Amino acid sequence: MTGAADRERPSGGLSRRRFFGLAGAGAGGVLAAGVAGGAIGRATAADAPVTDPAGATGAVPFPGPHQAGIVTPAQDRLHFVAFDVITERRDELVGMLKAWTDAARRMTAGQDAGEVGAVAGGQYAVPDDTGEALGLPPSGLTLTIGFGPTLFTTADGTDRFGLAARRPAPLAELPAFPGDALDPARSGGDLCVQACADDPQVAVHAIRNLCRLGAGTVGVRWSQLGFGRTSSTSSAQATPRNLFGFKDGTGNLKSENGAALDRFLWVGEQDPGADWLAGGSYLVTRRIRMRIEPWDTATLADQEQTIGRTKGSGAPLGQAAEFDPVDFTVTAGTQPAIPRNSHVFLAHPANAGTAILRRGYSFVDGSDGLGRLDAGLFFIAYQRDPGTGFVQVQRNLRSDAMNEYIQHTSSAVFACPPGVTGPGDWWGRALFS
Amino acid sequence: MLKLARDRTALAAVGTLSALSLAACGGGTDADQPAAEGAPTIAVTATDDSCDVATADLDAGTHRFAVTNTGSKVTEFYVYADGDRVVGEVENIAPGVARELLVQLPAGTYLAACKPGMTGDGIRSTLTVRGDSAPVAEDQALAAAGTDYQRYVQSQTGALVEQTAAFVHAVKAGDVAGAQALYPVARTYWERIEPVAESFGDLDPVIDGREGDQAEGEDFTGFHRIEQALWQTGDLAAMGPYADRLLADVQEIATRANEVQLDPLQLANGAKALLDEIATGKITGEEERYSHTDLWDFQANLDGSQNAVQALRPSLAEADPELVARIDERFAATQAELAAYRSGDGFLSYEQLTEPQLRGLSDSITALTEAVSQVAAVVAQR
Repeated sequence: MTGAADRERPSGGLSRRRFFGLAGAGAGGVLAAGVAGGAIGRATAADAPVTDPAGATGAVPFPGPHQAGIVTPAQDRLHFVAFDVITERRDELVGMLKAWTDAARRMTAGQDAGEVGAVAGGQYAVPDDTGEALGLPPSGLTLTIGFGPTLFTTADGTDRFGLAARRPAPLAELPAFPGDALDPARSGGDLCVQACADDPQVAVHAIRNLCRLGAGTVGVRWSQLGFGRTSSTSSAQATPRNLFGFKDGTGNLKSENGAALDRFLWVGEQDPGADWLAGGSYLVTRRIRMRIEPWDTATLADQEQTIGRTKGSGAPLGQAAEFDPVDFTVTAGTQPAIPRNSHVFLAHPANAGTAILRRGYSFVDGSDGLGRLDAGLFFIAYQRDPGTGFVQVQRNLRSDAMNEYIQHTSSAVFACPPGVTGPGDWWGRALFS
Repeated sequence: MLKLARDRTALAAVGTLSALSLAACGGGTDADQPAAEGAPTIAVTATDDSCDVATADLDAGTHRFAVTNTGSKVTEFYVYADGDRVVGEVENIAPGVARELLVQLPAGTYLAACKPGMTGDGIRSTLTVRGDSAPVAEDQALAAAGTDYQRYVQSQTGALVEQTAAFVHAVKAGDVAGAQALYPVARTYWERIEPVAESFGDLDPVIDGREGDQAEGEDFTGFHRIEQALWQTGDLAAMGPYADRLLADVQEIATRANEVQLDPLQLANGAKALLDEIATGKITGEEERYSHTDLWDFQANLDGSQNAVQALRPSLAEADPELVARIDERFAATQAELAAYRSGDGFLSYEQLTEPQLRGLSDSITALTEAVSQVAAVVAQR
């Protein structure tokens, strides 16, 4: 690893060589008030510039070598949707993907979903846009598509669309983890679209219009709203807080990390499925319910010991400031300052041995009928390979003290192809060619 | 109901569409059809497993089909043009009963079909009609759509009154089992033409209102009041007055519905409204919350919608053949999917369907609605 990593200070007590030798791929944390500063890399002037979406209202370019919505500085709002493909016909699916691409190209530019628009058609035509985004700016909208393992081969082994041979091995259902309480009805999916924007109405409008265009070809399997980002994907962004009240994503992979992105985030030219997936990334989603009420009755000390950071500044325990390096050798009295079962310790790249790009959002989905909020973190992570990314991190979190306060209720994995290249290109072209 | 009423208002406000309006077509009973007297009679003998049409080769013109049901099930007789467009039908032919159907047939190929048990595609045979027939002008094709559909409405209201009378009779006789069997049959005729029936805003709530929909001080009446008694308590003692009122209200709405003249745009919107009925009331099991006979209603709404679209078919086929193909495909897919839940002459109870099965039906209706929703714009441009 060169470039950004060379400019970093090694994590306390561990050499960079040791750190990156751990997995041959890898760094990240799951709920990640945790992951170290320092480890993956800080922005420097030499790194790729941040594509800032012109404040909170501008447009993010839709085409590009990678899909927007991954290293794009995380917007404030999310509407994520997973679809089942209900047609048996490949040509219908391809037709829809082309129509979706056209609509996505238009909507990310702040235009109506269709050429005619919400109100310019005839009085008796069904409008080709639903209209709720009329008058709103692009709001940094990004639309990111992913293909789930069941698109290639259904659960019962059927190769519906002649794609079975194109499925890269890393695109497989995630293994079960201890403590999982997954609801199958809101897990998985043949396709997904992640809509992020700085205006929730813009994100919902985009998903709604894609659903409308997909009628007869896909049906919504599940969908999730997120109201506040819980990660920074650019060092130009302040670190947000998740619903535990802690800063989250301090040590995330970020757009400025250059070579680390190629190592941990983007599918490479030699990777499985590179013929259609090189330049893409794997997406893992986990709906993580937070047990808000027990957390809110825990003492500040308990909370900080659970996370491994201070709640106020976000500094690693034993350090002074948020971006101070995590140092596991620092002690408080006779004990390590950062407990060995804290989230930071276990999720830290030095211990997890890998890196992922987190892009999660807080959610509150009403209440649970027992007088408690149904709230938590909709975890989103992008990585070059789920096996050496999320799965590796999550396995290391088995003894995480935070597990007492969370429960994973939904899970999904998708392969996100590279970005579309020009006006004639469409989502999935290389896969379906 | 509101849809249709709203559409009428919209029509009135848009002068350019007045050309779409149909000429008045009167009461539209069979007797109004031209050349009824002296029309050649074709005997049709329907049994539970056969449909014997006396001749398969006809001359262009008006024909009288005399349908005799010698089977044990109630049957229906249809004459279909291309794409299952109904050009004539007679409903609700009880065992041992004979009924006549007058139908004007230009040259072409048709299908005659009996539907013993009133289910499925029926037992079909080809009718070949020869002779001169002037090509139908576009505006005439659209005008014919309204006439076709009005005839359909009339056949349904006729059966609705008869079946409601039988249902009411069973209720008043205290025959719970008999009334339970007749309930979904009577409602089939209601549900097939629901948007038309619902356009009478004063009668619809008292016939088809659900418990809790009434304004303060209003009584809960109609089909669902009796449904509640039949399935929840099994006690019909207090139902006599409700049964009498139901029949009177149904007779009134049938009379009014027979006078309704629908223009093509209203037909298009009615076809979509019927699918919306399925999506909002039947897929959810809300319509028949006591009897759980929602799939009967589903079938009826679906048939009614298909009929309205098919009335527009000649005009649509010319303007947008791809749309017609898509609609045909999706109607067929939905019909086939629903047929999987048939049980005897009826359907499984709503409660017997699993979540994935309901999800499949819902996806099919969403897809079908997407296609049918395009019809109005095509029709409006003609």
